[in-house]
Amino acid sequence: MLKKRIIANLVVKNGIVVQSIGFKRYLPVGKPGIAIEFLNQWGIDEIILTDISASPEGRGPDLNMIREATNKCFVPLTIGGGISNIEQIKELMQCGADKISLNRSVLIKPELISAAAHIFGNQCVVVSIDGIQTPNGYRVYDYINKTATEKDPGGLAHFAEELGAGEIFIHSVDRDGSYTGYDFALIKGVCNLVSIPVIASGGAKNAEHIHAVFNETNASAASAANFFHFSEHSVIITKAQLAKKIDVRLETHACYSDSLVDDSMRLLKKEDQALEHLLYTRITKEII
Amino acid sequence: MSNNPSIVIVDYGVGNIHSLANAIRYLGYKKIRISDQEQHIREADALILPGVGAFGESVRNLRKSMLHLILGEAVLIQKKPILGICVGMQMLAEGSEENGWHEGLSWIPGKVKKLVLPATFSVPQVGWNNVFIQQNDPLFTRTSENPNFYFDHSYHFETSPEYRMAWCDFGIEVTAAVYRDNIFGVQFHPEKSQSSGLKLFRGFLNAV
Repeated sequence: MLKKRIIANLVVKNGIVVQSIGFKRYLPVGKPGIAIEFLNQWGIDEIILTDISASPEGRGPDLNMIREATNKCFVPLTIGGGISNIEQIKELMQCGADKISLNRSVLIKPELISAAAHIFGNQCVVVSIDGIQTPNGYRVYDYINKTATEKDPGGLAHFAEELGAGEIFIHSVDRDGSYTGYDFALIKGVCNLVSIPVIASGGAKNAEHIHAVFNETNASAASAANFFHFSEHSVIITKAQLAKKIDVRLETHACYSDSLVDDSMRLLKKEDQALEHLLYTRITKEII
Repeated sequence: MSNNPSIVIVDYGVGNIHSLANAIRYLGYKKIRISDQEQHIREADALILPGVGAFGESVRNLRKSMLHLILGEAVLIQKKPILGICVGMQMLAEGSEENGWHEGLSWIPGKVKKLVLPATFSVPQVGWNNVFIQQNDPLFTRTSENPNFYFDHSYHFETSPEYRMAWCDFGIEVTAAVYRDNIFGVQFHPEKSQSSGLKLFRGFLNAV
C-alpha cells in the first residue's frame, strides 16, 4: 500500500531558505543545498522548493541555485516559482527537478498547465493554490497583488485537474507560519472537488497536527516548512510519532520509535534505566 | 567499495539522467559515462538503461540511434550486466500496449500492460510503496526486508514468476523488479528512493 507522504516545503527568497510568517515576515534559515541534504538524510518523502522572489522580480527560476541544491537530493523534488513557459520547465528537468509547481499560471495562463502535462506527463505538474478566509468563505489569494480574488480554491483546483494537473498543493495564507495546525475546512473543500492527490500545507507545528490532517481530510500528503528546520533529525522524530498511528515510511538508520516528545517536537529525557542501558548498547554505522 | 567498474548510463534523449548520475557518483564510483557511443558501451563493465516518459517514444529513440543492436550485443553476447529503470525496465519486455502496441527489446518474456485496479485505487501509482522480495541476489542483498521505493507509473510488466524478482501491493500484485541472467529491471526509481535506492545500486554494482 502507498504510504502517506510527509513533504518539506522550502521557501526560498533571494537564494536563501526562509521561514515565512503570514506571507509578510521572513526570517533567514540557510542555504537550500544544505537544507535539502539534511532533509534527505533525515528521511523526508519529498521536497518542494518554492522561490518566492522569482515572480515578484519578474524573472525565471534561478537555475544555478537549483542545480547546486539538487546534487544530494535522492527523493522526488518539485520546483516552483517564476515558471512561465515550457522552455523553463525543460531546463528545470535537466537541472534535476522531477516535478514543477505552477501557482500564478492557473490564474493568468492556464494553457501552460495543459501544455506541460501533455509534454512531461500529468505526474510532473503540481498546481499550487494559496487559500485565504474572507467574509464570503475561502478565496484564492493572489500573492503578487496581495489581495483575495473572487475564485473559490476548490473550484480552481477542479479546473486545474481538468487542465491536466497531477497534484494539488493547497496552502493556507491565514495559517502560514502560525504553528496553529492545518486549515481542515480549506483542505476538505479542495479534496471534495478533485480526484488527484492533495498536499495539505500551512500551519503545522508537530506530528499531532500532521496526524490530524490525515484523520480529518482526504489529503494524501502533508507538507511542513518551518518546524523541520530548527531541530536535529526533525523528520525522523516526526515520522516515528506518526508511525504509531498511520502508515508512513520510516527506514532511516537512526530510530526514535521509543522516544517521547513535547508539544514542540523537542525530545524528552528518557528514563534513567533506558539511559543506563544505552551506555552498553553498541550502535553501528549505516553502510550503504 | 571493493571494485571500481566503469559504468555507462545509456543516453537516448530522455530527461533527468542527471539525478541518476548523481546517485551513482555519491556512492563513490568514478568511472561514469553518460553516453550513446558504441565504443563506450563496448568498454563498459555495467550498463544502466534509464527511462522517463512514454514507451513508444523511448523505444523509437533507442532504435533511431541503433542502440537496440549495440546494447543487444553487449548484453546478450558479451553478457554485461544491465539495469533498466522504470520505462527502461519496461523496454526489456516483448512490448507494451501504451498508446497502441509497441515492440520492446524482448530480452525478458512478458508484456507491459495498463494497470487495472480495484475501485479504491487510482492510476497512476505515485508514491512510496514497500516491495516484497522473491529473489534478493544481487539487487536486494543490502536493503531491508521490505524496503520502500518511489513508484511513478501507469503501466506494469506482466511476466511469469520465474522472471519476477520483487512485487508490490497496489490492490493487485504489481511487478516491482524483474531479472533474467545478467539482465535486471526495476519499475520504481532507485535514484529517488533515498538510502534503499542507493543500497540497490550498491548491490547491483558490487555484483559486477
